[in-house]
Amino acid sequence: MTHAPRVVVLDYGSGNVHSAAKALVRAGADVTLTADRKAAVEADGLLVPGVGAFDAVMGALSGSGGGDIIDARLAGQRPVLGICVGMQVLFSRGVERGVDAAGLGQWPGTVDQLSAPVLPHMGWNTVSAGEGSRLFFGLEDERFYFVHSNAARSWELDVIPPFPRPVLSWSEHGEPFLAAVENGPLSATQFHPEKSGEAGIRLLSNWLGSLRSN
Amino acid sequence: MAVVTRVIPCLDVAEGRVVKGVNFQNLRDAGNPVELARRYYEQGADELTFLDVTATVDNRATTYEMVTATAEQVFIPLTVGGGVRSAEDVSRLLASGADKVGVNSAAIARPGLVDEIADRFGNQVLVLSLDIMRDPAQPSGFAVTTHGGRRNAGIDALAWAAEAVERGAGELLVNSIDADGTTEGFDIELLRDVRAIAQVPVIASGGAGRLEHFAPAVRAGADAVLAASVFHSGTFSIGQVKQALAQDGIEVRS
Repeated sequence: MTHAPRVVVLDYGSGNVHSAAKALVRAGADVTLTADRKAAVEADGLLVPGVGAFDAVMGALSGSGGGDIIDARLAGQRPVLGICVGMQVLFSRGVERGVDAAGLGQWPGTVDQLSAPVLPHMGWNTVSAGEGSRLFFGLEDERFYFVHSNAARSWELDVIPPFPRPVLSWSEHGEPFLAAVENGPLSATQFHPEKSGEAGIRLLSNWLGSLRSN
Repeated sequence: MAVVTRVIPCLDVAEGRVVKGVNFQNLRDAGNPVELARRYYEQGADELTFLDVTATVDNRATTYEMVTATAEQVFIPLTVGGGVRSAEDVSRLLASGADKVGVNSAAIARPGLVDEIADRFGNQVLVLSLDIMRDPAQPSGFAVTTHGGRRNAGIDALAWAAEAVERGAGELLVNSIDADGTTEGFDIELLRDVRAIAQVPVIASGGAGRLEHFAPAVRAGADAVLAASVFHSGTFSIGQVKQALAQDGIEVRS
């Protein structure tokens, strides 16, 4: 692949999609902002942003066929990156403000409120990158920008060889939670790389680099 | 592993230009907001705040354009406040590229606005701006003001902060009207009192004049420190503030 990787930022009516698009351009991608199924399935990479309540994001995602688009891509080993609530909805269940909602169920587990004296967890935190992480390559000592109250606090998917083990990266606010997951073609970050300064741009570049070899 | 103290420059803007006087009445032009924002981004600012000080009377189109131009160049969170009166205003600012929106007078006039914004966009987008003055007539000793601190709303500031958090404010910007413009330091007692009642992040604002002013605000419970004129006038840089905090044992993003 000699051209810039083509990335679709899924524009399904959630969050600050422009920031994600601008940051990806800076990282070297050829970016399209759309909810068009064909474009989203065929792109080299799909970024799924998400801001707001879990059930609201799920509603908007389902309404635009987002779940099917993600399924179709993963069936073809095509990379997907979920960000913030775009990560949370990849789990099977979310509980937020007393609303219990089903997620996309790509990974088992529940996303719910962190136990911490101050919420939202807002600001720059370190991440303990999992062994062999491609996303955090060269970024092990950097801080990333988080803004959320809920998170996946445990990892429940048992992966049996020969399938590669997912790379889990953790952070902590009151208690440990998953800051990022790299599971084959499906990756996600709880923080906002598009709001994490130059470290975030480099993380997106690392993800773009992984698209080329898929 | 913990979230670190944020250092936030605040750009007071009017009609697409940065202004900041020694007090709210005396405005002085201090540059192009997009250029300044980029300079602060390069200096290591952890977030940026735009406060549209004349937004209540002006056409806001220039504000939206300025927000969009900034968001294209700086990859850190951007908060925009000033004159926000409805969930529709919030929607427009978020669509322009803002990550968070500051709400002040309109929420005092109609507290339900806080619920409306939080329900629609999540509490993480809503920064409740509080311009607070000392007022012995209030139970806490602090009153909330409107119109940039010129009018005492006759409401207890701490009771209002607690109510707003309950309704869905995700962060509190605590600006001391008494300290603002004095360059004699933050109102530490006020910050301590707000911290005691708030389970959301607290931003300290008003009064920064010297590098040693920042650490006491953090020790009083602030999660972030915000300043304007000391940065715009070049009294010191973002990096110098971070260095001073670090020397005092307070963790910052390097």
